[in-house]
Amino acid sequence: MSTEKTKASEEQMAYAKILNIGMWLGLLILVITYAVYLSGILPSFVPIEELPKYWGLTAKEYIHELHAPTGWGWAALIGKGDYLNFVGIAALAGLTILCYLAILPILIRKKETPFVVIAIAEIAVLVLAASGILKTGGH
Amino acid sequence: MKLKTLLAVIFISIISLIAVNVFASAETAEPLAPVAASQVAWWVWPLALFIVTFILGILAVLGGVGGGVLFVPIVGGFFPFNLDFVRGAGLLVALAGALAAGPGLLRRNLASLRLALPVAVIASAAAIGGAMIGLALPQNTVQTLLGATILMIVVIMATAKKSDFPQVPKPDALSQSLGIMGIYREESLGKDVEWNVHRTPQGLLLFIVIGIMAGMFGLGAGWANVPVLNLLMGAPLKISIATSKFLLSITDTSAAWVYLNQGAVLPIIVVPSVVGIMLGSMVGVKILAKAKPKAIKWMVIGLLLFAGLRALLKGLGIWK
Repeated sequence: MSTEKTKASEEQMAYAKILNIGMWLGLLILVITYAVYLSGILPSFVPIEELPKYWGLTAKEYIHELHAPTGWGWAALIGKGDYLNFVGIAALAGLTILCYLAILPILIRKKETPFVVIAIAEIAVLVLAASGILKTGGH
Repeated sequence: MKLKTLLAVIFISIISLIAVNVFASAETAEPLAPVAASQVAWWVWPLALFIVTFILGILAVLGGVGGGVLFVPIVGGFFPFNLDFVRGAGLLVALAGALAAGPGLLRRNLASLRLALPVAVIASAAAIGGAMIGLALPQNTVQTLLGATILMIVVIMATAKKSDFPQVPKPDALSQSLGIMGIYREESLGKDVEWNVHRTPQGLLLFIVIGIMAGMFGLGAGWANVPVLNLLMGAPLKISIATSKFLLSITDTSAAWVYLNQGAVLPIIVVPSVVGIMLGSMVGVKILAKAKPKAIKWMVIGLLLFAGLRALLKGLGIWK
């Protein structure tokens, strides 16, 4: 039984609320898009029965062999069954950024300056990771 | 008796699946160019993945570990998928589990946002670096390092002590200035427990290493988060476990984006794994009430030892 003292803070409750809604929505999208993919309703960028020829390659070789997109290139291919799944994956991966954006005004209102700075830094880190700007060297 | 039978069935199933996969994957292992697919139909693999991850989900809950730490070495070692795709899926598996657990842990004030936020910004930035290093290194190097890491985790799991309520004689200046403290209701004692942390700068430094390893191997990092939060920084065990789980939702997000952007995510691997682990975890939670944690912990350690040795020997080219 939680008392006033043990209750979670306002920003913590706001974070939990967005996380809860986004997580279920993301998972739902993931399962639906996977069903569409397996059903073959939409054509796939790589035919599903051909995949065993390629899934043993490194990511770099896979992209090179199939001219598969990197970064946000998948967004142009969501009409393909396999890349449609990336909508749910990106939704789950992007959820944390939304949660931080939701708590930022609360932290500002409460004048929690160090945590405002930390939250902005975290959003910057996640947006940088999501941007696709960062490139890796080859194997 | 029923529980023992169930655990025996799980153990035999997982070993059988691994054995089947070892023989089947031998035909497709280590390809350098588009390879002639094995005679196994394509749909067998996602189905096998779903079954294995469902079992791993049960074991992860019962063994008190994250799904990612079991997923990467086992699927990487015994399925025909390249380790790049396995690590990408491993991060998403750990991420999905953390996202699912996060809301409840935050609402009950067991996961602390004040403790997680400073740690997360460091760990998630480091995880980006780890992911980039992991995708740039040669496969056998990553495989060897993964094996060594898993064996290290086995040692940590087998030897590390935990402290329910560590003593924090004096909170450090950094944690005080950030107000990293809290009160939670400890139902087992029927009272409110106040907590503080100390050695925050040392803890933050260690989270750089943890973040790099999480990103490099796609393992999740609960195995390292909990000892640092609990034993080094002095957070109560429940707060450490809950905050660690929530922390993964942030750390793994940054690394997952790097894998996604580098093309190291295949939906055919990701979706059955995420769904399998989550369903398995739900069943695991139900079994947990009746299970003997100690016996299961040793079973998980045995499984990790086997998978870690497999990864190490595969990386060294001894067991291909």
